[in-house]
Amino acid sequence: MAKTTLNLRGLSCPMPIMKLAAAVKKGASGDVFEAISDDAGFEPDILAWVKETGHPMNGLTKAGKDITVTITKK
Amino acid sequence: MTTDAVQEKIKELEARLEKVEANRSNLTMVLFSGDFDKAMAAFIIANGALAMGKEVTIFVTFWGLDVIKKPSMTGAGKSFLEKMVTMMRPKGTANLPTSKMNFGGIGPKLFHYMMGKKNIASLQTLVDTSIEFGVKIVACQMSMDVMGIKREDLVDGIEFGGVAAFLGSSFNSTTSLFI
Repeated sequence: MAKTTLNLRGLSCPMPIMKLAAAVKKGASGDVFEAISDDAGFEPDILAWVKETGHPMNGLTKAGKDITVTITKK
Repeated sequence: MTTDAVQEKIKELEARLEKVEANRSNLTMVLFSGDFDKAMAAFIIANGALAMGKEVTIFVTFWGLDVIKKPSMTGAGKSFLEKMVTMMRPKGTANLPTSKMNFGGIGPKLFHYMMGKKNIASLQTLVDTSIEFGVKIVACQMSMDVMGIKREDLVDGIEFGGVAAFLGSSFNSTTSLFI
């Protein structure tokens, strides 16, 4: 089970979601993805994305502008 | 009911459920506008839906065709009026007007600059990625005929069709947008 960290800082909608989706698509079931974004719209976007795609989210943390989410590919 | 009848019923329901679930996955858009800002909205939604695992079809008609023209498109081999239309319309994403604050073409340049500064993906990038990752773009053959647009005048990797192509896709979508 690989862990990938995606630095999505500086990217605006829809790029963070697109990059994350592309990375998750390439990975195998059980792989963990950590995505860091400083886009203010990332939190609601990622919540809608996990709800729709069904990949479980392990955590969401905020530090300054950074929003970090961890997702396990289903 | 006999066991066979129950099993038959289960099969039928499974088939119906499969159909319902398949329908959920689609988004269909009509891109009628050739405005830069509206095309941005269309392709952001398309790429977003793709990232959410949906099948996306964009039916491109009328002014929307400006967005997917090759910049190299020429009036060669077209009638006089077709040549005029070709000359007067933008070709590709770089020269599209904005629906508001166009200011004779200065507006879009300003937006390109402001968006570039904020690291927002360009319209061309969004169009390219959408095609690369499987958004189905269907160009309206009828409006192409009206304006003398040939298949080779439009970007590669797209399909061509009519109203039934749009409706067929729309009937199988939960979301249909006209932009």
